[in-house]
Amino acid sequence: MIESHALHVYMLHAPDFLGYEDAIQMAREHGEIVQRGLRLKKTGNEIMSLLGGREIHPVNVRVGGFYKIPAQHEMAALVEKLKWAREAALETVRWTAKMPMPNFERDYEFVALRHPNEYPLNEGRLISNKGLDIAVREYDQHFSERHLAYSNALHSLLNERAAYFVGPLARYNLNFDRLSPLAKQAAREAGLEPVCRNPFQSIIVRSVEILYACEEALRILERFERPEKPAVEVAPRVGTGYGCTEAPRGILYHRYRLNGQGVILDAKIVPPTSQNQKTIEDDLWKFVPPRIALPIDQLQKQCEQAVRNYDPCISCATHFLKLRLEHE
Amino acid sequence: MTLTPSPAIVIGIGNTFRSDDGVGIWVARRIREQLPDTVSVVEATGEAGALLEAWQGAAFVILIDAVRSGAAPGAIHRFDAPTERVQSISFPGSTHSLGVGEAIELARALNRLPPRLIIYGIEGGHFGPGEELSAAVARSAAEVAERILSEARSWATKVPI
Repeated sequence: MIESHALHVYMLHAPDFLGYEDAIQMAREHGEIVQRGLRLKKTGNEIMSLLGGREIHPVNVRVGGFYKIPAQHEMAALVEKLKWAREAALETVRWTAKMPMPNFERDYEFVALRHPNEYPLNEGRLISNKGLDIAVREYDQHFSERHLAYSNALHSLLNERAAYFVGPLARYNLNFDRLSPLAKQAAREAGLEPVCRNPFQSIIVRSVEILYACEEALRILERFERPEKPAVEVAPRVGTGYGCTEAPRGILYHRYRLNGQGVILDAKIVPPTSQNQKTIEDDLWKFVPPRIALPIDQLQKQCEQAVRNYDPCISCATHFLKLRLEHE
Repeated sequence: MTLTPSPAIVIGIGNTFRSDDGVGIWVARRIREQLPDTVSVVEATGEAGALLEAWQGAAFVILIDAVRSGAAPGAIHRFDAPTERVQSISFPGSTHSLGVGEAIELARALNRLPPRLIIYGIEGGHFGPGEELSAAVARSAAEVAERILSEARSWATKVPI
């Protein structure tokens, strides 16, 4: 969360708001801010490297736990870095709060996990602001992925109501009451209401989530006691497993069907970006018409900024858009 | 003029599970034992922030990475980063982070470029799953390894400060 959000807020999205071509151009004028972003991101990377074995796509997790648990002193070494990161995250919230925000709202269906007492990351029920309230195992009965003739990406839709919105804004809107007091206060001071329907404000919400993640990491570290075994043994048996986590970009659904030897017979993974696909498209349908008279390069930049509200994977996150207007 | 050894680093970049994309790591591993003690060897994914950290304080840096520019597989590109821009060449990396080209330009903007930064780009042919280099890329990797060894030995002996 810290690594991914810091990368997106500082390196990918902030230049849009501040009128720079990219982070490199922004770095020439705001070197200190970019350095803060890099250091914040590095703190996240260090947590991932220590627990996950590497910075991206961690390899140290296994069924039942971890392959190796870091030593107490390795974990303790993160504390000071995270205290710095918590302050930097607060600064990030204040910095993003001052950015010029396009005025844009829609009546979205937000979908996120909801946990009895935590801001959701790893578990909970799937809920929405329009009445969805299901266990993770019921996911396939309510959501389906479709191939569309014009798109390489699968579109995931809610069977009952079509497009929905996952990610920081959905988590925040459905779980504001589960944030820490400091994160709530920072959000309020940044001018965010407990429910926020402007997707451009995702950049502020991401910053609030960085702050929350730093606090949560510190809380865990302060109570950390190294367990004797890194994992519990799990005997394979016939069955189907369902899981859903809150990845930085939103809910990430996994389903696996296993035989008695633990061989995976069938698997389904639905990443957040495909779940936001339809909502991103619908945003553009509403975003473009009032701006249709803009010069095409400006319109293209503003559309890129609108797409980046959803932090699609980086292959789509730099200057990716080829805009072609067809006037009728 | 004082002559002292100066921190020198060779950074191999890539993903060894993506065939030719692993060539930077392959070269780094091949030369690790043969380099003078004053030269350290680092393996990296190519993520921009990590690269800036890795070369912090180093006077001499050599990066090796796979590239995709449309040249024939195995073609060797060599850049001198402080004097040349490298963004025009694509370093295929992860879809989850900024890559080598961005790292170098970001470092330039933040005054964090090492005084000497040489980049060896080896044109890859196959970036699909797999742990083997294609034949042409393997030959070039061996050649680049030799070139780096001779280059690094010359730095490591005596460096004017």
